[in-house]
Amino acid sequence: MSSDGSWPDRWNHIRKMLERGGPLAHPEFEASTKNLDGLQMLRILVVGAGGLGCELLKDLALMGFRNIDVIDMDTIDLSNLNRQFLFREKDIGKPKADVAAEFINTRIPACKVTPHFKKIQDYDESFYQSFHIVVCGLDSILARRWINGMLVSLLTYEDGKLDQTSIIPLVDGGTEGFKGNARVILPGLTACVECTLDLYPPQVNFPLCTIAHTPRLPEHCIEYIKVLLWPQEKPFGEDVSIDGDNPDHLKWIFKKSQERAQKYKITGVTYRLTQGVIKRIIPAVASTNAVIAAACATEVFKLATNCCHTLNNYVNFNDTEGIYTYTFEAERNEKCPCCSQIPQVLSFKEDAKLQDVIDYLQENASYQYKSPSITTYINDKQKTLYMTGIPSIEEGTKGNLKKSLCELGLLPGQQLIIADSTTPNSVVFKLNLGSEMD
Amino acid sequence: MSGSISPSKPVDKSNKYDRQLRLWGDQGQSKLEKARICLINATATGTEILKNLILPGIGSFTIVDGHKVSGEDVGNNFFLEKSAIGKNRGQVACELLQELNDDVLANYVDENVEDLFQVNAKFFSTFSVVIATDLNERTLLQISSYLWSCKVPFLHCVSYGFIGYMRIAMPVHTVIESHPDNALDDLRLDRPFKEFRDLCDACDLGKMNVKEHSHIPWLIVVYKYLEIWKNKNNGNIPKTYQEKQAFKKLIRSGILLNKDGNPEMEENFDEAIRNVNTALSATKMPDDVKHIFEDPECINIVNKSEPFWILVRAVKEFVKSEGEGFLPLRGVIPDMTSDSDSFIRLQQVYRNKASKDVEAVNKHLQNVVSNLSIPCIISEAEIRNFCKNAAFLRVLRYRSISEEYNSPSTIFLRQMAQRVEDEDDDLVYYVLLRAVSRYYLCYSNYPGIYEVEDDIMNLKSCVTRLLQQWKITCSIKDDLIHEFCRYGACEMHSIAAYMGGCAAQEAIKLITGQYVPFNNTFIYNAMKQTSVTVEL
Repeated sequence: MSSDGSWPDRWNHIRKMLERGGPLAHPEFEASTKNLDGLQMLRILVVGAGGLGCELLKDLALMGFRNIDVIDMDTIDLSNLNRQFLFREKDIGKPKADVAAEFINTRIPACKVTPHFKKIQDYDESFYQSFHIVVCGLDSILARRWINGMLVSLLTYEDGKLDQTSIIPLVDGGTEGFKGNARVILPGLTACVECTLDLYPPQVNFPLCTIAHTPRLPEHCIEYIKVLLWPQEKPFGEDVSIDGDNPDHLKWIFKKSQERAQKYKITGVTYRLTQGVIKRIIPAVASTNAVIAAACATEVFKLATNCCHTLNNYVNFNDTEGIYTYTFEAERNEKCPCCSQIPQVLSFKEDAKLQDVIDYLQENASYQYKSPSITTYINDKQKTLYMTGIPSIEEGTKGNLKKSLCELGLLPGQQLIIADSTTPNSVVFKLNLGSEMD
Repeated sequence: MSGSISPSKPVDKSNKYDRQLRLWGDQGQSKLEKARICLINATATGTEILKNLILPGIGSFTIVDGHKVSGEDVGNNFFLEKSAIGKNRGQVACELLQELNDDVLANYVDENVEDLFQVNAKFFSTFSVVIATDLNERTLLQISSYLWSCKVPFLHCVSYGFIGYMRIAMPVHTVIESHPDNALDDLRLDRPFKEFRDLCDACDLGKMNVKEHSHIPWLIVVYKYLEIWKNKNNGNIPKTYQEKQAFKKLIRSGILLNKDGNPEMEENFDEAIRNVNTALSATKMPDDVKHIFEDPECINIVNKSEPFWILVRAVKEFVKSEGEGFLPLRGVIPDMTSDSDSFIRLQQVYRNKASKDVEAVNKHLQNVVSNLSIPCIISEAEIRNFCKNAAFLRVLRYRSISEEYNSPSTIFLRQMAQRVEDEDDDLVYYVLLRAVSRYYLCYSNYPGIYEVEDDIMNLKSCVTRLLQQWKITCSIKDDLIHEFCRYGACEMHSIAAYMGGCAAQEAIKLITGQYVPFNNTFIYNAMKQTSVTVEL
């Protein structure tokens, strides 16, 4: 028995793949007993310790990885237990990353999972740079975009040529009910998250006038209470906003929604629906998470060892009717604002308002920014044109939105520096001003 | 721990299982909570399947496994520990799996499946689903034949190197709630029912102000202009592309104009125009359902007929009489621009008509039942649900594994020769897995367990003999045979976990009777992350 708590035959299964070559292995693969040591040295970052994250940690640990970090800002909730199998009722309220790491470290000897009960934004380049491969198991598109942006920003170029050693592969998984997808991203080489933004459907909101004046569905009634009645009645005090995990809040909304529904003779307001609308609940089940995490773990294993070609580069999964998979090569966007190295151009007429620029950045399918802030340099001095997030600055720059680009003193060729929560680094745009806009 | 529910539990359960209840509802959950699952062999694939069944809350599971835990078992299985080496594998897995969910009862039987089957085959007939991993061909055929005769669903699952394989065997599986992803609405604008016509006729678009006019549901708008169209066109509705374009133009002409003579913003008219193509598609009897009506089980209703078939028969009778050739109305309309009142009234008209149809189906049902002089155990809620889903009913008839082995489907053999040579078709891995199990019969071991090169020739001859037996001429690439020897029957955890997810969800479909399981063989290729389903 070896000193690290291992035992004979422990890795027999994966050693067959690592110590034997074959015509279907990657051309760079060399069968060797050293491959397992190499694999065990690698540092893997798992982003998210939820449905996918728990599975990923187990899968990676049993595929031989022993240097794993996991980052998650969430704590454990009762409704996680139907799939996040590293958590028990006694763990409710504790940080997911901590509990998950401890479970794996106890169950799998010599595997060391290091937890980070943090937001991904709490760490900078130096943290992310220390990993060989990053795997994402997130339910948030924003976080996914941010991680993607981070890994792209770590690329280095020499004379415009990508330094291959600066690439940190990203394996990304996502699920929703019985549907899921997994993809492999080699930043700078293959399609990145921003290249394929159109794969994420935009969030659909009910129009305010429907909610306020012509409700027809139970959801409209619940939205009315959430959007209009709550801020008006402030049922739990002046500064108390809706907490979807607070049963008193939900009960109040449920009751008021029922009353509104009754008034309009709308049926179907239930407590479960109320909860679903308020918390924007996405259905989730153990099996889909298991499948997608497993596909991601297999890809990490391939990337780490070369024992087989990796997925090229995207797979969709759906098992509502039979089991369906669709595998395809997502293509790079030649003008990707994130990974293309091509300067971004914004074309507007001189009389366009700053608000038009903001709207464009939010609505254009290849940007889909959340709340872009814009700064520029005028006479070598930095000037904030618009910024959200800090109330005083937002207040001070709000007036600019109504001004035209000309009035703001912006010239053709002007550089606009855009910051947004979807990206860790700001993006520089060149302003194309004139009458000949697209 | 028992699965009983204390008074405070129901609330907890609905929270704990909230995310899945949104997929299969309380009905599905209650079936799941009554399910008894048997797992044969607690391999990594086996325990991963169980994990994904225990988490959502099956009633109980029983592991049948006579193996002692080995070092390599602990290496790829999350539900075994180093300290368990040498102990019974089923027992250890059972203990660690049970920790996942207090609501689930856990059992194990420390016996080899072959031995248990010889002395007490009946034991296996008591389960809702039997799931097996790591079975040799002989035992597989025995057990699956027995379970087939008892009508117990059987699922066989294998993870082999980068390949996964799964097979479902049971005589027949019926689905009421198949939850199709993109179902067309059932609006019947091509044959409007009286109550809908009355509602529309009572509404005079000419006597409305802009606000009222722009809040009439598009269903009514389309009906109105359809009447105008039919009057001009001998009672026919637009069918060709040109006619539909002209019809859209006619609707557009109805948009009110403002003082300056420009059209008002009327979203309901935009919606009407957008929906012309789908709304005017003819109401049809779905082919699947027509097929089900012709099924012998529907034609020959007997005392022992399942409720599903009695309901099918009642709906069939409805279609023949009141339905005038069509299914009961679903009674659901999509959301659309409208004032609340108009929408609710319209919705009510559809709902009432659906209820009327349900009543009519119920009458036929009572007839069917009284002709057999058996008590009716089908509730009105069930009839309602059945009618609502009538267009999406599914009946899956499977072939048994014995049939697959002894008389391969001719369609399959015909395709086979061509398909195994296609690089993008994963069906070839079925042939290789069959060859591997033949290899095991010959040599009592798997190819590549010790040496890769030495076993390639022998595996190749197994492949050749298999193809000869099927009388098909084609060749399987040496590369693939080599790769299979490389695997040496290894079960990598991530492949086991993938198959564990897939298999568990298929079992849940079989248990809940919701969503559609595959028929009958699924192959996963982790090298390319592709898969294929074939009926063998």
